[in-house]
Amino acid sequence: MKKLIAVVLVATLAATLAATAAAATKETTLVVYSGRSENFVQPMFDAFTKQTGIRVQVRYGDSAALAATLLEEGSRTPADVFFAQDAGALGAVASKGRLAVLPQRTLARVPKRFRAPGKRWVGTSARARVAAYNTNELRASDLPRSIWGYTSPHWRGKVALPPTNASFQAMVTAMRMRAGDDRTREWLLAMKANDVKFYSGNTQVLAAVASGEVLVGLVNHYYLYQLKEQRPTAPVANHFLTARDPGALINIAGMGITTSSTQKAAALRLVNFMLSQPAQRFFARSPGRAEYPLATRARPRPGLPPLTRIEGAGINLGALGPQLSRTLKLLSEVGYTR
Amino acid sequence: MTPRRDGRPRGRRAPLLLAAPAVLTAGAVLLPLAYLAVRSVTGGRDAWAILDARTARLVLDTGVLVAAVVLAALLVGVPLAWLVTRTDLPGRVGWAVAAALPLVIPSYVAALALLGALGPRGLLQGLLEGPFGVERLPEIYGLPGAVLALTLSTYPYVYLLAAAALRELDPALEEAARGLGRGPWAVFGRVTLPALRPSIAAGSLLVALYVLSDFGAVSLMQYPALTRAIYLQYEALFDRDPAVVLALVLVALTALVLAAESRFRRRARYHRSTATAARRSRVVELGRWRWPAVAFCGAVVGAFLVLPLAVLAYWTWEAIPLGRPVDLAWRAAANSALASAAAAAVAVAAALPVVFLSARHPASWTRLLERASFTANALPGIVVALSLVFFGARYAGVLYQTLALLVFAYVVRFLPQALAASGSALRTVNPRFEEAARGLGRGPLASMWLVTAPLVRPGLLAGAALVFLSAMKELPATLLLRPIGFDTLATEIWTATSIAAYSEAAPSAFLLIAISAPFVYLLVGRRGAELASPG
Repeated sequence: MKKLIAVVLVATLAATLAATAAAATKETTLVVYSGRSENFVQPMFDAFTKQTGIRVQVRYGDSAALAATLLEEGSRTPADVFFAQDAGALGAVASKGRLAVLPQRTLARVPKRFRAPGKRWVGTSARARVAAYNTNELRASDLPRSIWGYTSPHWRGKVALPPTNASFQAMVTAMRMRAGDDRTREWLLAMKANDVKFYSGNTQVLAAVASGEVLVGLVNHYYLYQLKEQRPTAPVANHFLTARDPGALINIAGMGITTSSTQKAAALRLVNFMLSQPAQRFFARSPGRAEYPLATRARPRPGLPPLTRIEGAGINLGALGPQLSRTLKLLSEVGYTR
Repeated sequence: MTPRRDGRPRGRRAPLLLAAPAVLTAGAVLLPLAYLAVRSVTGGRDAWAILDARTARLVLDTGVLVAAVVLAALLVGVPLAWLVTRTDLPGRVGWAVAAALPLVIPSYVAALALLGALGPRGLLQGLLEGPFGVERLPEIYGLPGAVLALTLSTYPYVYLLAAAALRELDPALEEAARGLGRGPWAVFGRVTLPALRPSIAAGSLLVALYVLSDFGAVSLMQYPALTRAIYLQYEALFDRDPAVVLALVLVALTALVLAAESRFRRRARYHRSTATAARRSRVVELGRWRWPAVAFCGAVVGAFLVLPLAVLAYWTWEAIPLGRPVDLAWRAAANSALASAAAAAVAVAAALPVVFLSARHPASWTRLLERASFTANALPGIVVALSLVFFGARYAGVLYQTLALLVFAYVVRFLPQALAASGSALRTVNPRFEEAARGLGRGPLASMWLVTAPLVRPGLLAGAALVFLSAMKELPATLLLRPIGFDTLATEIWTATSIAAYSEAAPSAFLLIAISAPFVYLLVGRRGAELASPG
């Protein structure tokens, strides 16, 4: 036992020293905090290193936890770049002055509604809210084209949603901004009275649709492609809601450069790389992926309606953040979350 | 406790030698509380508005969950411990090891697998639908599912600590009771069970703290616990202040649990009569209860170990026709084992001074020191992780985000498990033995090393096992504090499940169990094997 302890302690010490020594050798190495999953983005970091010779070290985690980490670290953060899963996380870090202003040339590569009003982050890809449905039981023509239509008794006990999911909450915020708090509250209560089913996340909702536990699930569009990658025969399809319906809200993943980064030029190259055609194509069209590319001239996966047609709610994503706390309060009051 | 009877002044060196490391350890473990204090002071006053009727309801629901899981863990853990340590149960060593293993299954994986098996339209319903036309199983979401998943994750605490205590139980007590003509049930109820009180109290405490801190199971099972509310605040608002206020509520709840445990334990006073650790208890012959006992062990191991693994295996098997390669993450496995073993060794070493001080030099401050060391264990992982980010980024210098800090984080999170295990063991050792050694001219450290250490060894090993297994599955602190690129099995599983690639999670989960099993055997199984030989 004592020997074991000694061996373990020595090994720990050695590994620590090796790690610090490695950190001390300074070639250009960027540190990225990524709330996007390793399977989604690591191939693009590798491609970037191959093209530029700049090494990238990535700390993967949950977007919200990494945002909180950046705020706790403040100016001492080792991170050069924050790659987040949603605009809310980027907005939280930007609003505390921890993200630097990006140059206009980078920002101009994506449409205006997909970049920060304060120029401190830029969207790299997007996803749309959809109604996923079970194809054994339903056809697309059976489904309402507006989010407001899912409260009819016809859908009693057949619809699922993830009340604690950030994208769902953004959708509720969009509903409030378009139709007001009262009408949104009515919708939430009517859905509940209609026996809507709650799940912990988009993935769980979609799995329930696939198994027939429910027939319709309110989720992001790309989870379908992940599911099909795992289970090609799963009986699920996406139903895109009508343009400008809040139920068709577009959300983004995006990047910002930390204020304290000492390698801003290299960091900017990385941001630009993610907006380049190869990277955009990777997010949009590689197996299992079907995000909307945001750089001008990049095309989405065939079969997806173009972004211009699902205008989303026509709401700037930067405007959603400050509204979120009232959305949460509302969701809590109507018993969706506690 | 032991008043000085011989009139000699107590050696001064012992308390100081103990007090310095004990205070240091407690200080480290209290960092998360210091962080909460800093944040609640610097945070806006608005944050306190979160304390309303709904929060009161959360506290109530959390309390119900804690009580239910503690009860379930006791009902599962104590009988198991008795069966594998004291009886002629067939296949005892195998059961002894298998029963501890659910501890390494991360609770969100356990919950996912239980939902996959028992959820609506899960595997079980599919099996029953054909022959029996069952279209709906009883509801699993909410309290039932949360209790089931958390019992899976926590009963090993009760089991491991009770088993360690049973192994060291002085056989003379039970023999005396038998000699007085008591039947086996009376002996168990009047002698064995009371003697187990310290370890049952410690095990229940760990269960309660785990339930308070867990997020994975309550989130997937959709049970409105406090920790879930704290995570939702972080997730959605990116506003740390309300989360901090809720965490302080959790700390208050923890204080209640700690007080309850102290009360329960204080009424128990038990020391072994002799220091002969080598003496074996009589093996209880189960007779016609043999097979029911085997059935009980089989049901527990089946439901809490085989079932989740079978679901994972099924998901992997489903993915095989898709031509997905099954990769075994050996490097992640080595990383996990290294970091967890280091954490186990450091935690036990750090726990010893604290428990020794509080057990042998009781004063209000030493007891407070020990109790306070438990509070961090009930905090959600994300709070502990962020507090170490806060202090680490400011004061740890080059050690920030290195393996050393990660091990430190594990120790901060899991020290209470080492404390509980070694504390409950130490409390069964009569201080007279040490005093005898001192009387024979040994110094305080020598008497502790020569007399006490061998007697508490099973407790220390159980503590090391608990910390090791908990660290193996730790996720929130690992994600934020590990050296970049230092993948562990827990992060590999998380990477797969976060994109719903459950088939890719299974191999890592199996690996997690496979490398943990020999450690568990080493730490708790071997002693059971010795006992099996007639002595």
